[in-house]
Amino acid sequence: MTDIADFHAYPDAHGRFGEFGGIYVAETLMEPLAELTAAYEKLRKDPAFIAELDRDLKYYVGRPSPVYHAERLSKHVGGARIVLKREDLNHTGAHKINNTVGQALVARHMGKTRIIAETGAGQHGVASATVAARMGLKCVVYMGAVDIERQKINVYRMRLLGAEVVPVTSGSKTLKDALNEAMRDWVTNVADTFYIIGTVAGPHPYPQMVRDFNAIVGREAREQTLEQFGRLPDVITACVGGGSNAIGLFHAFLNDRQVRIVGAEAAGEGIETGRHAASLAAGKPGVLHGNRTYVLSDANGQIIETHSVSAGLDYPGVGPEHAFLKDAGRAEYVGVTDDEALEAFHLLARTEGILAALESSHAIAQAIKLARELPKDGLVLANLSGRGDKDVHTIAAREGIEL
Amino acid sequence: MSRIERRFAALKSAGRTGLVPFITAGDPSPDAVVPLMHGLVAAGADVIELGVPFSDPMADGPVIQHASERALAKGVGLGNVLAWVAAFRETDNETPIVLMGYLNPVEMYGYAAFAEDAVEAGVDGVLMVDCPLEESHVLEPLRNAGLDQILLASPTTAEGRLARLCEAASGFLYYVSFAGITGAAQLSTGEIAERVAGIRARAKAPVAVGFGVRDAASAKAIGEFADAVVIGSALVDRLAGATSADDAAGRARDFLAPIRAALDAR
Repeated sequence: MTDIADFHAYPDAHGRFGEFGGIYVAETLMEPLAELTAAYEKLRKDPAFIAELDRDLKYYVGRPSPVYHAERLSKHVGGARIVLKREDLNHTGAHKINNTVGQALVARHMGKTRIIAETGAGQHGVASATVAARMGLKCVVYMGAVDIERQKINVYRMRLLGAEVVPVTSGSKTLKDALNEAMRDWVTNVADTFYIIGTVAGPHPYPQMVRDFNAIVGREAREQTLEQFGRLPDVITACVGGGSNAIGLFHAFLNDRQVRIVGAEAAGEGIETGRHAASLAAGKPGVLHGNRTYVLSDANGQIIETHSVSAGLDYPGVGPEHAFLKDAGRAEYVGVTDDEALEAFHLLARTEGILAALESSHAIAQAIKLARELPKDGLVLANLSGRGDKDVHTIAAREGIEL
Repeated sequence: MSRIERRFAALKSAGRTGLVPFITAGDPSPDAVVPLMHGLVAAGADVIELGVPFSDPMADGPVIQHASERALAKGVGLGNVLAWVAAFRETDNETPIVLMGYLNPVEMYGYAAFAEDAVEAGVDGVLMVDCPLEESHVLEPLRNAGLDQILLASPTTAEGRLARLCEAASGFLYYVSFAGITGAAQLSTGEIAERVAGIRARAKAPVAVGFGVRDAASAKAIGEFADAVVIGSALVDRLAGATSADDAAGRARDFLAPIRAALDAR
């Protein structure tokens, strides 16, 4: 393990988390990113901005979200206590809104009148369309043509919120291509346009900014765990696609060395089958979407298509801070298969009356595994990052049920 | 003196504007690449930019994206590209070749191995679109092997950075004529001229201007104030759908000939 004195000291001024992160973009984006960095650096220390953000999080998002002791689930598993950070109870049903509320405020302070976003499953697109509607900003969401087909309800939801959804037909026609297309829009329309990236990837300052806006998840959870259980958790876990909900939960705990940190990546049909999205568990360091991180690419360095039952984890890269935490030995990243996630989904539904998002079901599955390794008075904290209403059709179809 | 330096020195003494065509390696077909490169030279190319296809070409417009996709569908990788350069070098040891692409394929090849193999094949310069000056430490093995790192400057480049780019320029400095993606069609010549003049006065290398150059007229307008003109998407578009290597080389000649003539008519 690399000896890191303070995990909260990252990234450095150039956006580097050790060897990861940075700004790997075309020349035309360097200045817009520098402007964004300067604006964000000023705002994040501005008490008026912080107060504005806190108000929005409290009255619009509905924060704080509770930490809930899943007693029947814990009893069923027969190991340590499993507690859930209930990000599924936020407005729009997931942690994504923490970030979009924050970035929309930054956009307004920068005088931008047009919001663009990329989306895979549609959750970040909905969260972006939501904040754009609330602030009266024009909103364009880029979404892979393949994803549009499999996420029709979210596409309609975005349109109801007044956003224009633009199908992306290049490459694999999925999330990564939507991100490329949004970048192209941004570089062309940067004068009036703010690009809200939905995860802790992209060039600096995005991995830092998106983390900062989601870090409230871990700050709350840490306090709530201390208050409700009189101690910190033994282990915390969250699902990792791009990694925004995970870094949101992990960040406040990074310097609590006694707390074990485990990220659950999508192992899809099994890492050995090649049909997965486990960039950290099975990928190599490379460069994608503006930063150095672990990526899934073939022998020629071409980014490969990933697979997960959960569209939100279906991404061939991962936030650079996770790459850093992996190499520093501070966090472990393991794979959870589609089948394990679905089993956890059903178990949580039946024991606790909660329909988790398929993404979050990966974290639940991992929490169950971890709880089994610990004594009954142990404490496992999992991020229930989103609710599963959006996944009901997918689950039904997979189980051969016609709705 | 490197091939690139020799070429620009010759252009300067002849009072000519350089012509730098871009093609995507492997498009319209892998067997067309080498004949096409020779065709470009026959039509008056001074430097060839060879695009290395990448799955996620973030800075490219639809024309080059689709060319990349077609090449990737035929299994084209960095190894093929180097082999084509080596084959081209068998009969042309003078025309400089710049590989243009994105970092990840080079990253997976390995920087040191790539530097060695690229020099061996006869590559002269490398333009990594997603590697700005600030991250260019990763390209050190390439520079050490004698490859020029072609840097980009754009209308949005701030003054402080521009000074650093002018200082670090090697081979040539590629000025992107507007803030956008490749293949778009906006061009305000007056502004570009003013900006390029300022850069040429300071840069340690010649300045090539690209993005939005489509035909003889736009090339001539740019050629008035640039050391060289880069033409990419419009050429790649013309090559798409070529039915054979001969057809592709013929299309390249037909497309470049009036541009070359317009540049030389200055």
